[in-house]
Amino acid sequence: MSLLQIKDLSLTIHGTQILKRINLSIEPGQIVAVTGESGSGKSMTALAVMQLLPNGAEVDGALQLDGQNLLNMPEVERCALRGASIGMVFQEPMTALNPVKTIGDQVMETILIHKAMPPAKARARAEEVLARVGLPTSRYPMTRYPHELSGGQRQRVVIAMAIALRPRLLIADEPTTALDVTTQAQILDLLKGLVSEYGMGLLMITHDLAVVADMADQIVVMRYGEVVETGATEHLLRNMQHPYTRMLFEASGHQVDLPASPEPQPLLEVENVVRDYRLPRKRLFDAPGHHRAVDQVSFTLNRGERLGLVGESGCGKSTLTRAILGLEEVQQGRISLDGQPVFTGHKPNLAVRRKMQVVFQDPYGSFNPRHRVARLITEPFHLLDTPPTGSDRQDRIAEMLTAVGLSPDDAGRYVHEFSGGQRQRIAIARALIIQPELILFDEAVSALDVSVRAQILDLLAELCATYDLTYLFISHDLSVVRTITDKVLVMQDGKIVEQGETEQVFTQPQHPYTRTLIDAAPSLPEIGQGAA
Amino acid sequence: MSRNLILGAALSSLVLMAALMSFIWTPYDHAVLNIPAKLQPPNAQNWFGTDHFGRDMFSMIMVGARTSIAVALVAVGIGMTLGVPLGLTAAARKGSWLDEFIMRGNDLVFAFPSLVIAILITAVFGAGAINAIIAIGIFNIPVFARITRGAALSLWEREFILAARVSGKGAARISAEHILPNVANLLIVQGTIQFSLGILAEAGLSYVGLGAQPPTPSWGRMLADAQTMVSFAPHLALIPGLAIIMTVLGLNLLGDGLRDWLDPRIRVARA
Amino acid sequence: MLRYALKRLLSLILSLAVASVVIFVVIEIAPGDPASFMLGVNAQADTLAALRAELGLDVSKAERYFNWVGGMLVGDFGTSYTYRTPVSQMIADRMWVSLPLAIYALTLSTLIAFPAGIYAAARRGKPGDVAVMGATQLGIAVPNFWFAMMLVLVFAINLRWFNAGGFAGWENGLWTGLRSLTLPAIALALPQAAILARVMRSALLDILSEDFMRTARAKGLSHRQALWRHGVRNALIPVLTIIGLQFSFLLAGSIIIEQVFYLPGLGRLVFQAISARDLIVVESVVMLLVFAVIMVNFMVDLAYAAVDPRLRSRT
Repeated sequence: MSLLQIKDLSLTIHGTQILKRINLSIEPGQIVAVTGESGSGKSMTALAVMQLLPNGAEVDGALQLDGQNLLNMPEVERCALRGASIGMVFQEPMTALNPVKTIGDQVMETILIHKAMPPAKARARAEEVLARVGLPTSRYPMTRYPHELSGGQRQRVVIAMAIALRPRLLIADEPTTALDVTTQAQILDLLKGLVSEYGMGLLMITHDLAVVADMADQIVVMRYGEVVETGATEHLLRNMQHPYTRMLFEASGHQVDLPASPEPQPLLEVENVVRDYRLPRKRLFDAPGHHRAVDQVSFTLNRGERLGLVGESGCGKSTLTRAILGLEEVQQGRISLDGQPVFTGHKPNLAVRRKMQVVFQDPYGSFNPRHRVARLITEPFHLLDTPPTGSDRQDRIAEMLTAVGLSPDDAGRYVHEFSGGQRQRIAIARALIIQPELILFDEAVSALDVSVRAQILDLLAELCATYDLTYLFISHDLSVVRTITDKVLVMQDGKIVEQGETEQVFTQPQHPYTRTLIDAAPSLPEIGQGAA
Repeated sequence: MSRNLILGAALSSLVLMAALMSFIWTPYDHAVLNIPAKLQPPNAQNWFGTDHFGRDMFSMIMVGARTSIAVALVAVGIGMTLGVPLGLTAAARKGSWLDEFIMRGNDLVFAFPSLVIAILITAVFGAGAINAIIAIGIFNIPVFARITRGAALSLWEREFILAARVSGKGAARISAEHILPNVANLLIVQGTIQFSLGILAEAGLSYVGLGAQPPTPSWGRMLADAQTMVSFAPHLALIPGLAIIMTVLGLNLLGDGLRDWLDPRIRVARA
Repeated sequence: MLRYALKRLLSLILSLAVASVVIFVVIEIAPGDPASFMLGVNAQADTLAALRAELGLDVSKAERYFNWVGGMLVGDFGTSYTYRTPVSQMIADRMWVSLPLAIYALTLSTLIAFPAGIYAAARRGKPGDVAVMGATQLGIAVPNFWFAMMLVLVFAINLRWFNAGGFAGWENGLWTGLRSLTLPAIALALPQAAILARVMRSALLDILSEDFMRTARAKGLSHRQALWRHGVRNALIPVLTIIGLQFSFLLAGSIIIEQVFYLPGLGRLVFQAISARDLIVVESVVMLLVFAVIMVNFMVDLAYAAVDPRLRSRT
C-alpha cells in the first residue's frame, strides 16, 4: 500500500474545473516531483492533499494517506493529521511565518497543538529540529523573531515546523523558488537528507525542471489541470512520450544564436562607482552606519555587445542598474555613455537619458493600467525634442508592435488584455521605440514560464540581428545569461569579482564565488534527444 | 452593481433632491410661525408635524438638508484641494525634510479634532456656518493628505513609475499623469466617507450652538430645540435624527458600494 | 526599544510645543481686552491697569506665552476672567466627570467591538456576519447626541431606570457616580464601537489571507485556533491606530454629550467660558484636550512596539 494514493482526483472551484482526474502515488522515502507551468494546477494538487482548499472548492475522487481516505474525513480529524502526519513547506519564506511570534514558539506550536508531548519536552524537540535544519540554538536562539533572519534561514524554520513531529508525508510547494541559487542548493540538500533519514515521502511542487531532474525519483508533468505524463525520473528523461513534456524540457534549456558583435568601441563606461546607503543607528548615540551597495565597480560595455550581470539578491546589481539609468546618484566614480556623464551636477543628463531604455521584471507592474498600449509604448517620446506626430507616430507604433511579434491593432487595447509574455513584448517595444543606444534588461524574463521565456529569448536574438542592440542583461538565472550574452560580470557584495567572455567564465571560472554559483545551480541533464 | 451601491445612491440622491427641491418648493414656508398649530404630531397637512412655533417640520427638514450638504461638501472640498496636493508632494519627496514637515504638520492637526478647532474659532470669531465649514475643512486636510501619500508611496515603487522616470518625466508630471489617476478611486471613496462624517460633525456643532445660527434651519439645531420637549413631542427629536441617519447611512453605503465597484477593475488590470 | 520610545517622546514634546503656540496665537487674535470686558466700558484707567497687572496682561506677548506655558507645567493655569478663581481648580473639578466618562466609554466600546468584530470575521459572509455588519453600518450613521436623547427618552423618562441628567458626584459612592455616567457612556460608546468592530473585522480578514495563516493551518490548527493565536494579535496593529484616533473623537463627543445630560464636565465649562468670553479658560481647556489626544497617541505608539517586534528592533 502506498503512503499517498491519489485516484481520479477532480477539483472545481466555484464551478471552474481546476484538476481533472489526477492520479499519483508516493511511497515512503520517495520523492515525487509535480511540475508544470503556471495554471497547470500543481499547487492546487498540494493544497488538495492538505485539504486546505479555498472556499467554493468541490473535490471528487479518492485521496488516501496510508489507506485512510482524506476526502470524507471530518475536519477535526483532518486537523489532527495536518502537522502530525503531513507537513507542508511553502514558497514564500518571507511571509510564511507570523511576524509577531518568536521562531521557537512557532516551531513548538506544531508539537503543542497536537498535544504530542509536554511543554518541556516540546521545547527540547524544537531545539533538536531547529539544529537539524541548520539553526542550532547556540547561534540562533529560539527567541529570535522571523524578521531577524534571512530568507533561507526562515525557510529552514518553516521546514523545522513541518518536520517537528516527523510526519510521514512532507509537501513542499516551490520551496526554493524565492531563494538564491546557493541557498536553494542547501535547502534541497536538507530536504533530501530529511527524506532519507526519516523515511518520509516528499511531494515536491516545482516549475524548475533542473531541480526536478536533480531531486525526484518520480516525475509528474501537469498541464491545464491534467497529468500529461508520469514516470520514474531516469526512464522519463530518456523516453519522453508526450510532446508537451519534450517542449517543456527543451524550453528550459533553450539556446539562442546571437549574431557576432562588431569591433569593440566603448559605449558605456563605468569607473570606480560607489553607492552607499545610510543605515539607521543601532544605538541612540552611535554614528549612523553605512551599507556599501556598490563598491568600486568598473567595467566597459562596447557598442553592439551583449553583457550579462549575474549575482544573488542583495549583491548590488539593482542599485548599479538604477545608477546607470540615472535614477540614483552615486557617491564616487563616473558613469558615462558615449563619453557623456549620466549625471551632470546633481541632475540626470537628459542627453544621455534618451540613449537608454529599460525592460523590468514584472510584466504586471510595468504599465499604468489606465493607459492604452499606444500611449504606453510612446512614453519615451517624452525624451525627444521633436517627437513624431500624426502618421509618423502611428507608423512607429505599428513598426514596433510588429517587431516584437504583436499586431499593430493591439495599440488600442489596454494592458490587462494581454498575457505576461505579451506584456514583456510590449515592454520591449516601449524600450525600442526611440532606438536607444543601450537597453537594460532587469530580470526581464525571470517572471515568465519556461515556454514563454524561450520565445522572448528568441525575440531578443532576432532583434539583435535587426537593430544591432547593445544591452546589459541583469539576471540571477545563470542558464539564461549564458545563452543571451557575449560577456558577463559576476557581482558579489557590491564588487565585480569576475568578468570575461561568457563561455570562458562558465567553463573556466576563476573566482571561487563564480565556481560556487555555477556548482550550486542545478543543471538539466542531456535528455530527450533519442526519443524526439 | 451591488445592493449597497444602489441603496446608497438612492438614499443619497433622495436627500440631495430634497435639498435642491427646497430652493423652488416646500410644502410651507419653513420660517413662518403658526403658534396655534404648534407641536402637531405628523398628520395629513403637516407630514412630519409642526414644532413649538407651529413651523412645518417637513419644510424645515428639506431646507436643513441644504445646510448640511453645503457645509459638508465645502468642507470635503477644502480637505481635498489642500490635502491631496500635500499628500502627492510628500510622496514624491519621500524621506525629505518637506515630507517630514508635511507629515508632522498632519499629526499636529490630528490632535485638534474638528470640535476643538470649532471651539477655538468660535471663541475668537463667534459661531456660524462658515466657521463650522472651516473647522471641519481643516480637519479634513490631513485625512486626505495621509491617504493620498500612503497610496502614492506604494505606486512610486511600481515599475511603471520607474519606466516613466527613465522616460525623463519629472516628479510633478508623474504625479499628475500616473499617480493621481491611480489614486482617484480611493479619493472618491474617502470623499464620500468624509462627506458623511462632515454631516455628522455639522449636526454636532449646530447642536451645541457652534454651527449655523438662526434663522438658517439646521438639523442639529432642530435637535437642540427638541431636547426639552422630547418627553411630550418625541417627533421633534425623532424626525431630524432619522434624517441625519438616513443621509449618513446612504453616503456610507454609497462609499462602500463605490469601493467594491471601482476596485475589481483595478484587480482585473493587475491579474 | 529605548531609542524608539525616546524618539516618540521627542516628537511628543515637539507636538505639544507647536500646539501650544498655535492655540496661544489664535486666542491672541481675539479682539478686545479681557480686562476692559470684565470691568465694563466705564472702568477707571487705574482700576483697569491694576486688573491687567493682576491677570498678567501687562507684559509682552512672548513673555505672556512663556508665563502661560511655564504656569501650566507647574499646574498653574492662570485665573479665570469671569469667576476670578484659579482655572486649574475649575478644570480639576470638571476633570472628575469628563475623564471617567471618556474612559468608561472607551472601555465599553472596546468590550463591545472586539467580540463583535472577531465574531463577524470568523463567520465571514454568513448570516451572523451580515447581521453584525448591518448593525455597525447603522451604528456609524447615528449621531451620538441624538442617540443620547433617545436613551433618555426610553430609559430615563419612560422606564425610569436612570436619571435624565445631572451628575450625582463620586462622594456618594462609586456606583452612584458610575450610574449617572452610564447612559452618556453608552451613547458615546455605541457609535464608536460600530467603527471599531468594522476595523477589527477588516483587519482580521486581511490577516486571514496572509501566508502565515495558511502555515498555521498546515501545522494542524483549526480555523478558530489560527484566528485566535495568529490573527488577533496581528490585527491589533491597525486596531490600535483607530483606538488612538477614536480617543480624540470620544473627547470631542463627550463635550457634546455633556450638553445632553447636563453633566458638569469640561464641555460645559468651555461653553460657559465661550459665552462669557473667558478666553483664558477656553485656551487652557483646549490645550488640555490637545494634550490628552497627543498623550494617548504617544501611548498607542508605545503599544505598537509591544505588539510588533519589528518596531522594537528597527528605527
